Amino acid sequence: MSTTAIPTNTKWWNGGRSPFNASYGKVMMWYFLMSDAFTFGAFLISYGTIRFSVNHWADPNQVFNAFPFAGHANLPLAFVSLMTFILIFSSVTMVLAVHEGHKMNRKGVEKYMVLTILGGLAFLGCQAWEWTHMITGDHAVLVNGQIEHWGTTVTKNPWGAHVMHEGQLVSTPGPIAFGGYFFGITGFHGFHVFSGVIINVVMLIKTRLGHFDQRGHYEMIEKAGLYWHFVDLVWVFVFLCFYLV
Amino acid sequence: MSSNVSSPEITHAPEHASGTGRIWKTFWVLSLLTVIELALGYLLYFKHGQWSYAPVITTKLVIAILTLLKAYYIVSIFMHLGDEIRNMIMTIVVPLLLFVWFIVAFLWDGNAWRNLRNTNGHSRPAQVEQVQQHQPAAADKDHKK
Repeated sequence: MSTTAIPTNTKWWNGGRSPFNASYGKVMMWYFLMSDAFTFGAFLISYGTIRFSVNHWADPNQVFNAFPFAGHANLPLAFVSLMTFILIFSSVTMVLAVHEGHKMNRKGVEKYMVLTILGGLAFLGCQAWEWTHMITGDHAVLVNGQIEHWGTTVTKNPWGAHVMHEGQLVSTPGPIAFGGYFFGITGFHGFHVFSGVIINVVMLIKTRLGHFDQRGHYEMIEKAGLYWHFVDLVWVFVFLCFYLV
Repeated sequence: MSSNVSSPEITHAPEHASGTGRIWKTFWVLSLLTVIELALGYLLYFKHGQWSYAPVITTKLVIAILTLLKAYYIVSIFMHLGDEIRNMIMTIVVPLLLFVWFIVAFLWDGNAWRNLRNTNGHSRPAQVEQVQQHQPAAADKDHKK
């Protein structure tokens, strides 16, 4: 879009201006996010490799079928869809905050930053509930001929293949890697959401103090926005790898 | 504040502030794609243990492609990468193409490990585990009814 405004024979690399037509901070934010994408990608590919190397993996529809206040109702995909929509919506409010920043509308930026922060906190609350539910869960597992009751942790995976035991179908211990990958990757993502919320709070305070009006532009909101959208972007892939397939 | 001088590097005024129509359109596209993904996810859930390998893997591939489409919309429109100049887009997108090879190579390797284990290093035909995998699914269905 903006490229149309630039003469076609502009000499970008002659110095005196940014060859990428963007500020240093913004370009470096992009390269940081690219390196972060490689980190997340490495985690997810490692997870995929281990998952492909074993015969039985936890069925997400069985593992993630709970919803707050719904008791033992079997609701696969429901809670994680809520989390996904919370994050998509907070992305929209973030991009609207950037939009208001372009118009130098301080009140608008404040409003949408507050909504974005609330979205981030809602997501973190959902994740805290989900982790608690999984760790404190109580599932019958056949271990050395005895029934034990396990939650899902980094050392215990009650979601293995089923076997017949005394006329009943019971689960056996699954690959130990499941909990490590699940808590490791969603935890790393949750930590990004948490730091994104902190960054957004700092941006909200700076906006309220009028720092960006003094500076003459709201580019910091744009940079924080890049980070926040990246968090949403990673979730799209976490959602795919852990919950959908 | 030390930073109330505008950066000398900002040599352009951001002009993609025309309207919010594009943002909301992208929101609806992302929501629609998510709903389709969820529908396919539920399809997999209800067909669990009934479908053979081919339709399951095809459905999963379609979900993965829809995910890539969502990623495209987030990066291109929400992150405004589509509005940057081509050289900058290329410095970000081209390195990420390495992922194509990473995914192929590592998943292939994982699968090779599984085959080695199931055949004890190709010294016997694959057995036991392969059968066990389908048993619980079928038994699960009976359990529910």
